[in-house]
Amino acid sequence: MAQNKLNKRRLGQLQTPAARKDVKGARRHKTGLRDRLASYRSHHRQVALDSLQRLLRRPAATSLTSLVIAIALALPTSLYIGLNNIQAVSSGWEGAARISLFLKANVSASQAESLRRSISARDGVQAAEYISPDAALVEFRASSGFGDVLDQLDSNPLPGLIVVTPREANISAAAVTELQQVLAKLPEVDLAKLDMEWLQRLNRITELGRRLTIALAGMLAVGVLLIIGNTIKLAIESRRSEILVVKLVGGTNAFVRRPFLYTGFWYGLSGGLAAWILVQGGLWWLRAPIAELSVSYQSDFHLLGLGVVDSVLLWLFSGSLGLLGAWLVVGRELRAIEPS
Amino acid sequence: MIQFDQVSKRYEGGHEALTDVSFHIPRGEMRFLTGHSGAGKSTLLKLIMVMERASTGQVIVGGRNLSKLPVRHIPEVRREVGVVFQNHQLLFDRSVYDNVALPLIIAGYGHRDVGRRVRAALDKVGLLDKERKNPITLSGGEQQRVGIARAVVNKPALLLADEPTGNLDPQLSAEIMHLFEQFKQVGVTVLIASHDLALIARMPYRLLTLRNGRLITAGGADNGPE
Repeated sequence: MAQNKLNKRRLGQLQTPAARKDVKGARRHKTGLRDRLASYRSHHRQVALDSLQRLLRRPAATSLTSLVIAIALALPTSLYIGLNNIQAVSSGWEGAARISLFLKANVSASQAESLRRSISARDGVQAAEYISPDAALVEFRASSGFGDVLDQLDSNPLPGLIVVTPREANISAAAVTELQQVLAKLPEVDLAKLDMEWLQRLNRITELGRRLTIALAGMLAVGVLLIIGNTIKLAIESRRSEILVVKLVGGTNAFVRRPFLYTGFWYGLSGGLAAWILVQGGLWWLRAPIAELSVSYQSDFHLLGLGVVDSVLLWLFSGSLGLLGAWLVVGRELRAIEPS
Repeated sequence: MIQFDQVSKRYEGGHEALTDVSFHIPRGEMRFLTGHSGAGKSTLLKLIMVMERASTGQVIVGGRNLSKLPVRHIPEVRREVGVVFQNHQLLFDRSVYDNVALPLIIAGYGHRDVGRRVRAALDKVGLLDKERKNPITLSGGEQQRVGIARAVVNKPALLLADEPTGNLDPQLSAEIMHLFEQFKQVGVTVLIASHDLALIARMPYRLLTLRNGRLITAGGADNGPE
């Protein structure tokens, strides 16, 4: 009891301001803010370098992990490049939009000719060409190979046709569609057909492809997160004793976390670099056959690759993905490692 | 410096390691903590290092109430307490120098400061010429001294040691104890857990004796120069 009383009295003493000042005094030898900041930066440099060296010391395991990440990243990147190329090609084709006006059967050649003149004088129309039923029949006979069948018909089944070419400046899909609708209401016109419809269909398919690519990229990004998370988990396990000692001598969680976050970042970045090499290699491999194909279509199409901006974005994305993957497991794993 | 106030520690499963322990170690004094194995020595040290928390009662170290300490402040407490572990807890993937430097790097000391302090600490324990070696190549006594150098490199106000002479011969043990006395002489509070009663008996410091989790002497063997 006496002991307890004594202890209580001393406890009181310990908590007087004087005693507290004394406690601070023991810490007075700490360095200034600028020194600490410089030391913090140099520690970051050191940890970044050290975690990179650790990876390089085990090249086989590291490159295997990087390659898995690279494949997961290269797949959506390739799809993205493919979609970009489809869009580049189809935007060249938009200039080829034509509106075909099929005339009613009772429209005579002279009526058709005056209609053609009035249409070609319209705003937004570059040219209008009249193809008479007879001319159309000749062309059809020549190109279709159904000449014999046509001979058995009593009369020419083909209608008169006016082919309208919109002006270049007016070439947006919406404007062309509007022109088509106006022309369709003319009394002489039976049917106004926009040759761009297949192009719009292509655009819709491309949009579908874009969304599928995003969904695939999302799933593969989650896969990369899991791969990196698992790799970091193993790294943490292999450095368990070190973590325990660091915690015992007063290392904060941030201090313990740091090398693993850097490791995750390096894994992500190396995966991104490897993905870039895979994609560029694939493009190089495809370049020659695509050039030949485009020559055979008399097109000056060139395969679009990964530009500088896209490449940097890929690396930034992969690096951040690595950091995030590490961050997701590190907190939980490190909390579980407590000295006891 | 260390204040235990009716502290009990009950582990999950019901085992009560410490029961109603109260004592006070003033700043700059040296104490031995003794008792049979399983008496609660390690638990008592763990409470000071916040590796465990008291079930009831209060543990106050350096004016800080550890029973109410938020988890994020635990590292600060550990930085102010130097600890010498029974199994040394050295890292064998780096040099002696890097082992001793660890607390300083954690505390954010500059490069030059670290070098100066690490060498001062290694000089103190007589291992200045071994700084480039891997601790695994050193003898048990030398490893223990590396552990001591690491514990004091940050100039803590409190030094704890858990069976620091556990596996050492009597001569080495006496040397290690002499080292601790030197730290006490420069104002460090020292608490050493040991069951080496023969060694302790020759030293003029008070004992804290635990038996089955209860403190049976706190201030006995009072032949020390206080």
